[in-house]
Amino acid sequence: MATAPLPTRPRIPSGTHAATPPSHAKPAPHRRPGFRREQLSGWGMIAPAAVLLLAFIFIPAILGFGLAFTNARLISPRPIEFVGVDNFARLFTDPTFYRALLNVAYFTVVIVPVQSGLALVMALLINKKFRGVNFFRTVYFLPVVTSMVVVSLLWLFMYRKDGLVNEILSAVSFGLINGPDWLGDPNTAMPAIIILSIWQAAGFHMIIWLAGLQGISGELYEASQLDGTSRWQQFRYVTWPGLFHTRSLVLVTITIQALGLFDQISVMTQGGPMDSTTTIIYEAVQSGYRQQETSYASAISLVFFVLVLIVSAVQRYLTREKD
Amino acid sequence: MKNQLLLRSAGTMLVRILFAVVAAFPIVFMLVSSLKPDQQIFGDMSSLAAFLPVGNISFDNYTAVFDRVPAARFLLNSVGVSAVTVILGIFVNSLCAFALSRMQVRGKKIVFTAILATLIVPFQTLALPLVWWVNQLPYFELNGFSLEFSKGWLDTYQVQIIPFIANAFSIYLFHQYFESIPKELDEAARIDGAGWFKIYRQVVMPLAGPATATVAILTFLPAWNSYLWPLMVVQSEELRPVMIGIQYFFQLNVSWGEVMAYASLITVPVVVLFIAFQRSFVNSIASSGVKG
Repeated sequence: MATAPLPTRPRIPSGTHAATPPSHAKPAPHRRPGFRREQLSGWGMIAPAAVLLLAFIFIPAILGFGLAFTNARLISPRPIEFVGVDNFARLFTDPTFYRALLNVAYFTVVIVPVQSGLALVMALLINKKFRGVNFFRTVYFLPVVTSMVVVSLLWLFMYRKDGLVNEILSAVSFGLINGPDWLGDPNTAMPAIIILSIWQAAGFHMIIWLAGLQGISGELYEASQLDGTSRWQQFRYVTWPGLFHTRSLVLVTITIQALGLFDQISVMTQGGPMDSTTTIIYEAVQSGYRQQETSYASAISLVFFVLVLIVSAVQRYLTREKD
Repeated sequence: MKNQLLLRSAGTMLVRILFAVVAAFPIVFMLVSSLKPDQQIFGDMSSLAAFLPVGNISFDNYTAVFDRVPAARFLLNSVGVSAVTVILGIFVNSLCAFALSRMQVRGKKIVFTAILATLIVPFQTLALPLVWWVNQLPYFELNGFSLEFSKGWLDTYQVQIIPFIANAFSIYLFHQYFESIPKELDEAARIDGAGWFKIYRQVVMPLAGPATATVAILTFLPAWNSYLWPLMVVQSEELRPVMIGIQYFFQLNVSWGEVMAYASLITVPVVVLFIAFQRSFVNSIASSGVKG
């Protein structure tokens, strides 16, 4: 048994050379030889990652859930007390929180279709091999390797009243458009943040679309070409259905990213002007870090997590595979 | 017909260039402005000179940055933290994926499901409870000859590294890639008397180059770019990473030339690294791992 040919996967304990006659290898009564060793080595290999995930994801997640119902502070001499739903009661009567919800909804509803659409166009533009394809792939991806913090800083400068954005607008309209003070006006602050966010992140989703496009068999395109389909028909009946799984991946990743909007706000507007750009995570960090109210921040985080779960569940339902 | 095709491909090329210009212009603007004095940056803004290194070009802004901010220290911290996170991350995650993919470990299905479940928890929801939690964790410090026990990881290097080593997405990427490597190779190695760790190290990992490259970059980028986390857990100046250095510029009298110089300083290393690995990176993501 133990020395059966390859296809039946012999399990020989390490150290036992293949040339050893079978009679010398004593098979265990029920289990393949090497079974115990495989269990031990296997668990030994899984353990480091498993322990770290347990310590830094599972435990904080459960803790966050628990702390939301207490009065814990980051550094406090007083013992932690259970306070029931006090934190949530305070949260749901806070007008800033509703403003934050509204802002995040606005941001997400615009970002999801526009960014995924532009990313798909970019992916289609560089899908087929042509001279210089690597150049374009690199350039399209450049904003993604630039950190969101640097991007925010850079656009903060470009969005000034006398900044580059307004100068370009004025140049292309021959002086007709006199741009606003983008980040200083409650009406334009969020659109300004939306534009730079799309600029920074579209390249990442382009890569995911590209992965999907490369997975569509070339034969399908050849077949459709023989049938004399137009470019649009080809996209509609070959490419789009072929991107089914990619589509939901792009949708989910963009949505979760959008709901967690933080870096741009922290660098550029600090939630202002007049709360027009404050977000759920920004509020959580404000209370948890600046005011050290761990419990209240945990409550906000918990509400955020539930929101993410609901939105993903709804998306999954809407994009499910139909017969 | 032929003319039409030619026109169409010229049109496509034009669109490609348009997108490239939009993607590149802010970065070019940043690099060019970092070489100019403030007055000239504003003077050049209304013409194409904003994107050209013309006029009074110098590295003065960079010298000023090193005077204002301990930039060398910040760069060193970020290089150290990112490198350690990437190296340990590749090791720990690939090892776990190896056992889950190629060994018959009892209970591995449950473990794999639990690992993938962590993907639905966005880091932002964990960040605040995690700050509280790492502040409770024990920590041993070798002080001279005595091992000292202290509580709280706040304001250390390890708090910037250890929570980010294990990553479900990296494990998933390695797992997917390992599945495509023929299992017969393991059998052959086992017949030759190789142990499991030897198979991992000498058979499977040498074949997993593209997956390793992808995981390396996907671990490096957030480590280098991290901002929210060090903002909350690092107070000492000598432990701060590069992104936190940005706060030094928002005092009175912002010098935009200096801001652009600092922004370029912390971006260029990543861009150079990316361009060096771009072929293997973009192609490996596009072909290997990220599929729904």
